[in-house]
Amino acid sequence: MQTAQLDGTRKALVFALAGWSGFFVMAVELLSGRVLAPSFGNSIYVWGAVITVFMLALAVGYLLGGHYSVFSPSLRRLGALLIAAGLATLPVVFFGDAALDWIFDRVNDPRYGSLLASSLLFFVPTAISGAVSPYAVRLLVSSLHGSGKAAGSLYFVSTFGSAAGTILTSFYLVLLFEVNAILLGMMAVSVGLGLCAVLFGGPRR
Amino acid sequence: MNAGSALPLAFAGLLTAAAAPAGVVELHTERSLYRNIVVYDDDGLRCMKFGRHAAGRQTCMSLADRDRLVFDYTRMMMAALYLNPSPQRVLIIGLGGGTLPGALQKILPAARIDAVEVDPAVVRVAGKYFGFAPGRQTAVFEEDGRVFVKRMQKQQIRYDLVLLDAFDHDYIPEHLLTREFLLEVRSILAPGGVLAANTFATSRLYHFESATYYSAFGDFYRLKGSNRVILVRAGGLPDWEELARNAGILEARLLPLGVGREWLLPRIGVESGWPPGTRVLTDQYSPSNLLNVSN
Repeated sequence: MQTAQLDGTRKALVFALAGWSGFFVMAVELLSGRVLAPSFGNSIYVWGAVITVFMLALAVGYLLGGHYSVFSPSLRRLGALLIAAGLATLPVVFFGDAALDWIFDRVNDPRYGSLLASSLLFFVPTAISGAVSPYAVRLLVSSLHGSGKAAGSLYFVSTFGSAAGTILTSFYLVLLFEVNAILLGMMAVSVGLGLCAVLFGGPRR
Repeated sequence: MNAGSALPLAFAGLLTAAAAPAGVVELHTERSLYRNIVVYDDDGLRCMKFGRHAAGRQTCMSLADRDRLVFDYTRMMMAALYLNPSPQRVLIIGLGGGTLPGALQKILPAARIDAVEVDPAVVRVAGKYFGFAPGRQTAVFEEDGRVFVKRMQKQQIRYDLVLLDAFDHDYIPEHLLTREFLLEVRSILAPGGVLAANTFATSRLYHFESATYYSAFGDFYRLKGSNRVILVRAGGLPDWEELARNAGILEARLLPLGVGREWLLPRIGVESGWPPGTRVLTDQYSPSNLLNVSN
């Protein structure tokens, strides 16, 4: 096994990435409702479509992240995942309206319209975000004995991040900023944190 | 529902009926997809409310005189006709008990009326308990108001009158209170077409709402009571003489509804006086419910 055990700083960075990733997913999920409402309304089925797509994307992300973690896992690659998730959200800001309009013209039933729209705009970034957690668990686990503990701590941090992302976005951020500004700001944090991991996450010398 | 804090003062006047257990007969309760619907009779009125407290009274009908408009705001909505007395094609967003479409069917028998209501349960209740029966010229669509408007826009349908009555006492569909939505509504107005919107009269939201309507339409008329009704017209507002002339034309038809020009005309004024720099609500920035609760 070539991966050395992580030192304290690197461990903290893994937790920071996972916690932020949790924040990011839930904030984007809440904002996706805002993004879809002008075209499909905000009825219960629109939220149904959004939540379905996010859950499916996370499920696929967990699977892929776990799979990917088998091949020479590193903090750098975890950072790359965060950067990729951030960049994959960019189309929402730049092509979101065009995509929604295109779908609105072609799909009459707002249930399937919102399902298609949220798949198109949010599946990829959410799946990449989903890959973060199992990948991070792999980086934290140093022994079979401690693996459950590592996974538990990681779930704690990542789900805590999700809770924080949910309440901050719905209570405060939407009162202060435009939807796109929030999205771009969060992408910047993702890319920034990801770059930290890429730059400082190399093997210990 | 946050009964305690969020009660907009706009509806404080209605609270007088709040305690009132005696004489109240509950006819129907239903948990729909969107809210709890309660239908009850109280003191000669049949009312529908959303949620438990009476401030949620959504619509009321006088059992003795079913044509009479009970609430000030429904009467104020009729002022839309002073801006365009003979609309051929009408869109009503938000059905309630069917009060507005019912009234318009009577005063404008030739008009073609589309009513859009997001909650199928409300449509059923309007028919069963409020005697709302769509006439031959009236169609009811169970659908989100914005989605409907967007589709009409794509199909290049034009309306002479749009009545927007989709706001609860304490919940606003935020995507129906943005500049983009209002521009979509503007795009489905025929030349001289009128939009009348039932909105809130108090809370921090008031100025945001003013700035948003102004950004989409320029100057607008408003009538103030416990709610605020906003009136705009494609191609510009009519002057006072035109309003008074149209009021005269309509007087005989509106009086049976309990609406007269002496009551209505003095309530009409141009809205002004929101603080400069008030943020316009947009699809990107629309925390209407947060603004509505924080006074």
